[in-house]
Amino acid sequence: MAAAPPRPDPDALLRAAVQEGRGRLKIFLGAAPGVGKTYEMLSEGAARRRDGVDVVIGVVETHGRAETEALTRGQEIVARRAVPYEGRTLHEMDLDAILARAPRLVLVDELAHTNAPGSRHPKRYQDVEELLAAGIDVYSTVNIQHVESLNDVVASFTRVRVRETVPDSVLEQAEIEVVDIPPDELIERLKAGKVYLPHEATRALGHFFSKSNLSALRELALRRAAQAVDARMLDDVRALGLGGTWAGSDRIVVAINELPGADGLVRAAKRVADSLRAPWTALFVETPRAAQLSDAQHARVAATMTLATQLGAAVATVPATNVVAGIQSFLADARATQLVLGKSRRSRWFELRHGSVVDRVIRDTPDVTVHVLPMSGGASEPRGRRKPARWGTPLGYGVTTALVAAVTLVASALFHVLDLGNVALLYLLPVMAAASLFGLRTGLYAGIASSLAYNFVFLPPVGTLTISNPENVVSVVVLLGIAVATSQLTARVRAQADLAAASARTNATLAGFLRQIAAVSDLDAAARMICDDVRRLLGVQVVLLGRGHGAQLDLLAATDPAYALNTMDNAAANWAFDTGNAAGKGSNTLAASEWLFQPLKAGERVLGVLGVASESGRNPVRADQLPLLSSLIDQSALVLERLRLQAEMRDVDVVRTRDRLRAALLSSVSHDLRTPLTAVIAAAAQLHHEVSPELIATIEGEAARLNRFVANLLDMARVEAGAIKLNVEAIDLSDAVTGAAHDARRALEGHDVRLDVPPDLPLIRADPQLLHHCLLNLLDNAGRYGDPGTAIVIEGRNRFGEVRLAVLDHGPGLPPGRESEVFETFTRLEGSDRAAGGTGLGLAIVKAFAEAMGMMVEARNRPDGAGAAFALIFPSALVLRDPPNESLS
Amino acid sequence: MPATILVVDDEPAIRRLLRNTLLRAGYAVVEAEDGRAALHMAAAERPDAILLDLGLPDRDGLGVIPLLRKQGDAVILIVSARDAVDEKVTALDLGADDFVTKPFDTEELLARLRVALRHRGPAEAAPQVVERGDLRIDLDRRLVSRGGEPVHLTRKEHDVLALLTRHIGRIVTHEKLLSACWGGDDDPRIEYLRIVIRNLRQKLEAPDPVGSVIANELGVGYRLRSD
Repeated sequence: MAAAPPRPDPDALLRAAVQEGRGRLKIFLGAAPGVGKTYEMLSEGAARRRDGVDVVIGVVETHGRAETEALTRGQEIVARRAVPYEGRTLHEMDLDAILARAPRLVLVDELAHTNAPGSRHPKRYQDVEELLAAGIDVYSTVNIQHVESLNDVVASFTRVRVRETVPDSVLEQAEIEVVDIPPDELIERLKAGKVYLPHEATRALGHFFSKSNLSALRELALRRAAQAVDARMLDDVRALGLGGTWAGSDRIVVAINELPGADGLVRAAKRVADSLRAPWTALFVETPRAAQLSDAQHARVAATMTLATQLGAAVATVPATNVVAGIQSFLADARATQLVLGKSRRSRWFELRHGSVVDRVIRDTPDVTVHVLPMSGGASEPRGRRKPARWGTPLGYGVTTALVAAVTLVASALFHVLDLGNVALLYLLPVMAAASLFGLRTGLYAGIASSLAYNFVFLPPVGTLTISNPENVVSVVVLLGIAVATSQLTARVRAQADLAAASARTNATLAGFLRQIAAVSDLDAAARMICDDVRRLLGVQVVLLGRGHGAQLDLLAATDPAYALNTMDNAAANWAFDTGNAAGKGSNTLAASEWLFQPLKAGERVLGVLGVASESGRNPVRADQLPLLSSLIDQSALVLERLRLQAEMRDVDVVRTRDRLRAALLSSVSHDLRTPLTAVIAAAAQLHHEVSPELIATIEGEAARLNRFVANLLDMARVEAGAIKLNVEAIDLSDAVTGAAHDARRALEGHDVRLDVPPDLPLIRADPQLLHHCLLNLLDNAGRYGDPGTAIVIEGRNRFGEVRLAVLDHGPGLPPGRESEVFETFTRLEGSDRAAGGTGLGLAIVKAFAEAMGMMVEARNRPDGAGAAFALIFPSALVLRDPPNESLS
Repeated sequence: MPATILVVDDEPAIRRLLRNTLLRAGYAVVEAEDGRAALHMAAAERPDAILLDLGLPDRDGLGVIPLLRKQGDAVILIVSARDAVDEKVTALDLGADDFVTKPFDTEELLARLRVALRHRGPAEAAPQVVERGDLRIDLDRRLVSRGGEPVHLTRKEHDVLALLTRHIGRIVTHEKLLSACWGGDDDPRIEYLRIVIRNLRQKLEAPDPVGSVIANELGVGYRLRSD
């Protein structure tokens, strides 16, 4: 069955069409100032000019460097345009002059430059766009920190942020040449004063030029260039509908394994890659067998991968059922042209049984050149935990011997009723038992022991190991054959059972994790749980980072709070967050970090970054743990997404409520502040004409009301700001009521106030200030709404361990059915004549404060219908037991 | 000769109000608008009492208290809009005699001032017999009666009441009450004091909380009302 030929991708064709007729852009990309981008661009321009191409210099900053300046000599330079700006004259590239001159190729330095205000485009790369659109080829230069997508990452570890950035889309349409010099050399050049830096920036940039920064920047530049090449190649392949290997340039893959010679393979691949100047990838194929590798072997795989990274390779791990299939699919995906393989010195017997990996790869991958290198080490390398099972245990041999002996005894006891053939059948029992229970070697041993015993005891001539009848040879061979077959069969069944058990364990682990975390509703708890579970399951240090309100990544949770991330780690974390790709140790990016950071993604949105690090400093995650880690990451991302959506919903609700409150507050404040003020001002004015005790009482009363109102506004502001700080202590309620009644005495005037508490009312725990304000408002409310001259009773009761303090008034009471609404902010219940002034802030404060202290509030009409009853309820957790009597007498 | 009162406040309106109130009550008044002037006036005029605002333009009023204390034995009364409990306690610990929170009742301010001036100087003996309404407290004979009927108090109740009575009209902090009455205990706790005060109220006060004798100064201490 032939696969349908791949169809050209219309989008890719469209992009190619747009490119037709346009000029071509080539960007000289550098890791840092001073690597020689301008020099490189000018040399290449000069070379093109020698080839007869019409080249002009649009703009070049030589910064007075002699070698660079020398290159501009003899080249045509388009004069710059003078732009007056704030009393100075700036010299900008003259776009119109270049367009009019219409050269084949123009050199435009500093692609990220920002043009002087008043220029046609704010940015130089927009000028370049126009040149390209006019069909003019452009050479330009840019430093990696000016690339928009990398701006954050660079700033995070260099601490230097540049404002001038170039969009990635510009780079994507360009041919990119990395101008690269080793960091040491650049530092030398810097010391020798060969790098131009704006004077004021010298000090800030000193830190920028550290070796570790330069190495990281260089890595970023190289990677970005590789990315651009990949993207364009992919476009070309798609446009042409090429399905096969695209041999545009060489790509080398080295397949590594757990054997000791793997590092040699990597070095060999590096030599091949260097000689071809080709990118290369180290590949580890993770087969089910990888789960059986010992820790030492895992460590070796990780070390080999790290070595490959250090030598400049990309690394990849692909899961596959067998090595050959894994290598083939990766070669196709990566469009590799060359493969480096190791040939282990396995026995011919092993290759006969398993087939040679090398042979099958070569046979099945005709497009790829395969380099086969001999490897030291071989099949005799122990295979971790499987080893004891292969050779069998002493116990197995003991049991087997006993079984054979037992069968021999039984058979000799029954020999007079059994014929020789049936005796042979009896010997199958120990052979099958040993092979299935203890593996091949023990099974073979059982076969040999059984045949010897059979031969010696039963086969004539009895008592010798001679076989007289050739037919009986068959019995011995059959016994041995059964041993081999049974052990192979059981080994396979056991391997499958192991696999199933492992996957069941993983599933159970995941299910447990999911069940727990599904119940979590706040981010901190979820983050902690994710960290703890990943640590428990993988045995690594874990950090979880997310973006809070600011632009920085915040630490949400960590298994070891003392562990600090250094700048390199932060850069890796930021990279993972910004690009959605893994970064840090064991990945392709910023591998110098101790941590491996994996993005938590929901769709395209990155919600956080999970970092893992091993305590030993090795690669944090073993190859066989990767599937579990990625499941955990997927689940964690889902949890974070759910929490984010919930928080968003809550935010919307909160904002809506707050808006409603604010509107109500404004209308109420203007009314409630102005009313008493009006009364005070009017009364004071009247005092000029006559001095009467009534006027003075009015002023006093209204001023007190104003004071109470301001206090309530302040309280409410504290509630709304969430700034209530509890200062809880033991409080006697009669004490508290006494204090509040004294302060509210003005509002209570004209009422008969009675405190009714049993002598043994227990102490409660509350914040004295908050409780005081609650009581003030309740008393104030009762004083205002109670009918003049009536009693106000403050009643404390202890019922079933909970204490209830009620303020009872005699008055109109509350509208039936709407009693509890009275606690809502700005509710002044209509339908009764509760119009005695006040915003309704007071009771809302009572509720907010009471709930902050763990108390409850209740409003209802008195059962006798005489008025309203407001109660504070102290649940038993807030009720104290009296201290021992001897402390009190 | 009338007692001299130094008023320290940066608000001219408050200074004017206090000056008028104090002059009406028969005191001589000097004024200062910031901490520096206050220290200068305190040294120059040797006032009998100082009404001190904590929110001064040049320095924190709390810091001025110990400096004023060093200069003499003037009564220091804090008059401040600040309402934080721990500031009140700090002010008392630093040597202030009492505090009044703005906005204040001028009559109450005068009453506090009178009490503080009366108790000025340790030499002056506190009254041994105090009568408030139907309540009579005789410290010497350890007798308390209400409406002529003797009231039985436990030892702790008597200790607490005696301490409050000796400082009648003035605040006695929780700490002072606890250390004076439960000083021998390993871990004197405010619960003890609360229970004893609760019992005292039941024995000595009418069920009308507005007219209670023992005033509860939130988070700071207690005061036996003098008027």
